[in-house]
This record gives sequence, structure tokens and C-alpha cells, in this order.
Amino acid sequence: MAELVEVPAPPRNDVLAQLGEQKRLAVVPALNEEQTVGRVIDEIRAFDPGFEIVVVDDGSTDRTAGIAADRGAHVLRLPFNLGIGGAMQTGYRFAFERGYDVAVQVDGDGQHDPTQLPAILGPVLAGEADLCVGSRFAGGGGYRSSFTRRLGIRLFASVVSAVVRQKVTDTTSGFRAVNRKGIALFAADYPHDYPEVEATVMCVKHKLTLREVPVSMRERGGGASSITALRSIYYMTKVLLAIFVGLFRRYAVPPEEAHHR
Amino acid sequence: MTPLPVSIAAAVASFLLLVIVFELIRSRRLRERYALLWLLTGGVLLALSLWRDGLNTIAGWFGVETYPPAILGAVGALFILVVLLHYSTVISRLSDQNTILAQRLALLEQQQREEGAREPSRSPAS
Repeated sequence: MAELVEVPAPPRNDVLAQLGEQKRLAVVPALNEEQTVGRVIDEIRAFDPGFEIVVVDDGSTDRTAGIAADRGAHVLRLPFNLGIGGAMQTGYRFAFERGYDVAVQVDGDGQHDPTQLPAILGPVLAGEADLCVGSRFAGGGGYRSSFTRRLGIRLFASVVSAVVRQKVTDTTSGFRAVNRKGIALFAADYPHDYPEVEATVMCVKHKLTLREVPVSMRERGGGASSITALRSIYYMTKVLLAIFVGLFRRYAVPPEEAHHR
Repeated sequence: MTPLPVSIAAAVASFLLLVIVFELIRSRRLRERYALLWLLTGGVLLALSLWRDGLNTIAGWFGVETYPPAILGAVGALFILVVLLHYSTVISRLSDQNTILAQRLALLEQQQREEGAREPSRSPAS
């Protein structure tokens, strides 16, 4: 059904006005990002001070949690490293139980530019999508990456496009926004390591609508990418297996009401 | 040469292994992460059972002249060893994490008790 959105990001003021009525949360996963996490928090606040921010510290050994707490963010400190999937689900559980309407995911390493939040928020606020993903390859700025990673990105793009019957260009982008439906789904069930690809497929299987919008991303501000060449082969196999097996599962629409409170 | 019934039995057994692992993943009783080694085991054993010339050739490399299917058993045993070793590392990590969780819980409970003991007295300090 949906083609890629070629229109530019909706005007910032529109998005901000619509945001005013929504209880909104930015989930910032961070693993040893003391150099960048503070700036990410400041930039989200600069875009919209009404955003609550939760930093999920996935077992950092540096001052990530302390810096985030000093800036007034909620900090969920995991007792040990769960991997990005477990960390993100912690954030979505927080969003679900505290009754947030909209959640955006902004990486703690600074590669996502909060001034582009209107682009991914627009379709969700307008009710055009339950999940909106910022894509690096859908016409935004350039992006440099290692060969294996580019290969993986392209492979996943074609596999996922076929499975969800909709053109998807950037399955590994973590820059995304979800509404209450998406929050409920991800709180109940979120894939484990390298989760973005599976999460995208999962959404469509659960009959949530997916939209991709072009964004540009920055070079990583600090820290090191958690994915090396050998690991990426392992992840590719694992994720392809998960997608394949997922084709044979049944899916139900997740409940939107929290069991607590 | 490998007797045909052995090849058939081995192929059926490895295929069954693959089907069972698949069903376990599908019903979410086995995570993909821990299933990969089992799938590799099943896949290799299935290939060796069906590709009978190959099994004979490999047996030849190791000087097994009389009974090539012995290689099937050896390969199976090797994979089981690898799976077990992998699980030992997984169990070690889990028990480390379990220790951390128990310690964190004890600290939290102690903190909560202290706060609970302070609260009913309504001390002016708080």
C-alpha cells in the first residue's frame, strides 16, 4: 500500500502544536556514551521542552547514567548488559506503564539529529502510521558505513520489503516514532539483539501501519559501534532465521491498556 | 560403502531434529540465538546422510575403510560437544547475572526497609 513519502518534513510548528496534547517520551538507549548522552538530552529539549526523556543505561561502566540524571532525565539503569533489544524494551515498558501516547527512539551516541524529530513524528501524529521510521536511504543525506554493514542493510531491505509487501529502504534505522499501539506491542514483545529489523516486520504482522520518511543521520559522536564484521554475519543469519520462522507464527493485536494502574 | 538403510535412518533422524528445532523456535520455547548451533548440527548431519559419496570420501581421508557411517557418529558427537561447551558458557553468564540480581534485590529491600522504618515516625527531617 504505502509508498515512500517523498514530501519534505511537515512544518515544525504544526508538529509542535499537535504534540502539545500528547504525553510524549523520548527513549534514549545508551551504552558507555558519556561524551554524547548529555548533548542528546539537551537537543531533544531544545526541539520540544515538553518531551520527557528516559535514558536506558544498558550496563555502562562510565558516567552515562550520572550525566543523564544530572540533566533531569529519567534513568533506567540495567544491572548488566541486556543488549539493545532488552534495553529498548525496558524503555517501551516504561512508556506503556506510565501511559505515554507517543514514544520516539533517539540513540545516545548522537547519530540521530533531534531537529529531524518532526519528520518521524508527523505521520504518527497525523494518524497515518503507527510506526514511523527515519530512513537514511530514502532521499535524505548521505551515509558512510563499512562494506559488510552496507551489504547487510541492503539484504535486509529486500527481504523485509518482500515480507511486509511494502517498500522499506532502511530496516536497521533506530530513529523511529510509535504511537500508543506501537508502545503496547513493543512493551509486550520486542526482539533481542539487532532488533530493528525484526521489530519492523513484527509491527506489520500485528497489523500496525508502517511508514518510512527520509532523514539524514550524523557520524557517530562518540563510543564505538557495537557491531563488528564477524558479528554482523552472525546477526544476519540470526535475524534472517527469525524473520523466516516469524512467517509461520500467528499474531494478535496487542492490548493498549496497561495492566498496572 | 555406506549401507542404504543407515543413510535413510540418519537422514530421517536429522530431518526430524531440524523440524523439532524449527517448531521450538516458532512456539517461542527456543530463542534463535540458541537454536543456530542445533540447526547447523541438523543441517550438516542431513547433508552427510544424503550425500553418500561424500561420506565415503571423508571416511577415506581419515582411513576409515570398513564402515563409513562411523563418520556420522563422530561428526554428531563433535557437534554435541560444541553445543554443550556453548551451553556451559551460557550457564556461567546466567549465574553471574543471577548473582548481580540477587545482590541488587538485597540492597533494594534493605533500602526500602530503612525508608519504611523512618516513615511512620514522620521525623521532621524528611
